[in-house]
Amino acid sequence: MHTPPFDIAAVRRDFPILQLPIERPVAFLDSASSSQKPEAVIAAQAAFYRTTNANVHRGVYQLSEQATYEFERARGRVALFINANSAREVIFTRNTTEAINLVAQSWGGSNLHPGDVILLSQMEHHSNIVPWQLLAQRTGASLRAIPSDSAGRLVLDDLDTLLQGVKLVAITHQSNVLGTINPVQNLATKAHAVGALILVDGAQSVPHMPTDVQALGIDFLAFSGHKMLAPTGVGVLWGRKALLDAMPPFLGGGSMIKTVTIEVSTYADVPARFEAGTPMIGEAIALGHAIDYLEAIGMANVAAYEESLGHYLLDQLAEVAGVTVYGPPIGPDRAAMASFTVDCAHPHDVAQVLDSEGVAVRAGHHCTQPLHAALDIPATARASCYLYNTTQDIDRLVAGLRKVTTLFA
Amino acid sequence: MSDMYRDLILEHHRYPHNYGTLDPHDVSQEEHNPLCGDRIRLDLRIADGKIAAVAFSGKGCAVSQAAASMLTDELIGMDLDAARAYSKDDVLELIGLPLDKNPVRLKCALLSLKAMKVGLYRYLGQQLDTDELD
Repeated sequence: MHTPPFDIAAVRRDFPILQLPIERPVAFLDSASSSQKPEAVIAAQAAFYRTTNANVHRGVYQLSEQATYEFERARGRVALFINANSAREVIFTRNTTEAINLVAQSWGGSNLHPGDVILLSQMEHHSNIVPWQLLAQRTGASLRAIPSDSAGRLVLDDLDTLLQGVKLVAITHQSNVLGTINPVQNLATKAHAVGALILVDGAQSVPHMPTDVQALGIDFLAFSGHKMLAPTGVGVLWGRKALLDAMPPFLGGGSMIKTVTIEVSTYADVPARFEAGTPMIGEAIALGHAIDYLEAIGMANVAAYEESLGHYLLDQLAEVAGVTVYGPPIGPDRAAMASFTVDCAHPHDVAQVLDSEGVAVRAGHHCTQPLHAALDIPATARASCYLYNTTQDIDRLVAGLRKVTTLFA
Repeated sequence: MSDMYRDLILEHHRYPHNYGTLDPHDVSQEEHNPLCGDRIRLDLRIADGKIAAVAFSGKGCAVSQAAASMLTDELIGMDLDAARAYSKDDVLELIGLPLDKNPVRLKCALLSLKAMKVGLYRYLGQQLDTDELD
């Protein structure tokens, strides 16, 4: 194991939940589902409610001005974090799911016609499948999926054929089950060559690696705060300004209008047009602080450390008899997570025994039923790492798996 | 864990009782747990207002399979009225697992009960109020 490029002991001390004795300290290996939060983020949200709480964009009194300032500062932090051209390209949503639904309803509803195709992949999360099915049912468009190979990589040999008739490519940057990191930059080029747009589901990638929407050459990016050290309830849709400017509203209500009469309304400019009602102010401010925390460590350092953890994780799992790991071998297109099955035990039982050893993993289909159907397994157990994990957490996972195989053999 | 995987649960998981299908049968009901892909099929043969024979098949975790195994032992010879009244608490007592604060695992434990109730109500031409299983 290489020396971490930051002080891992200090990072762990920043996370109150990692200090709790839940019988013994938890080896938390479920960050792909939702990450833990550092004290700085928890404190920032609490400080908002203690010292700054007021609605935004409403009052001329000082508290409201300060709340608005901090809320908009968070938007600016997000913009810089993903190298957006402007903070106006950043829309706060509840989560990745809502961000994708926003594009499906607003852009899709006014741009898709019968016969148009939306190109997905077999490894998508349900949140990047179901919104497009609803849209297809409404517009007469259809869905098509890029298959994946036995190593869990996209099969792109027939991409030119797959792209015929495609108006939108909607694809995950990083599979939440296989850990595959997909070549979205290449896909963006190919999509644009046939006049299609590309939306990237960044829920799994943005928390773990540097993200540059301009270098990727994509059109929309959706991600969630709660997987990147921020609270639940805040997510982001980034879109190119010219696209957002041309899109009709998503939800109607306060804040998203210019003028309202009983008969008709005119709509606010972006991003306000897509943020109806009182937003998640404290949560968005806390997301800004989560980004401050990540940037102080450096996303390149986070990615480098996780690469070494991923290496260790896959090496150690390969040593446990009866364990099958899905997804590509460790390398530049493989994230620090592993979904696996154990020959003698159901994933639920695996997760339950691991829990009794203080090891938290997720078991189930991880909202990817089409992928599990393609793999011909009902469920997997999944261990996923973040910047606060250590090789000791992985050692405890492996020791727990040996207990599983003893108990169920 | 020592609680969850007591010897009795593991024993029923390894060597399930009444495993298989019944042909002919009066009731055959399959239920899924969409969260984890667990699947239980429960077959009943009914005679003189009682459950005369029972079998289950399916795939799933140790808790769902052991609970099904234990439940089928209970059901043999049971009055239909008693089977209809068999409750979530009865299953938890039967399997000896305190799952009141484990809502996810609770669904595993109750999958066979759900199959029995849905199937039996259908046989009786009645509608099951699924609140009964919550």
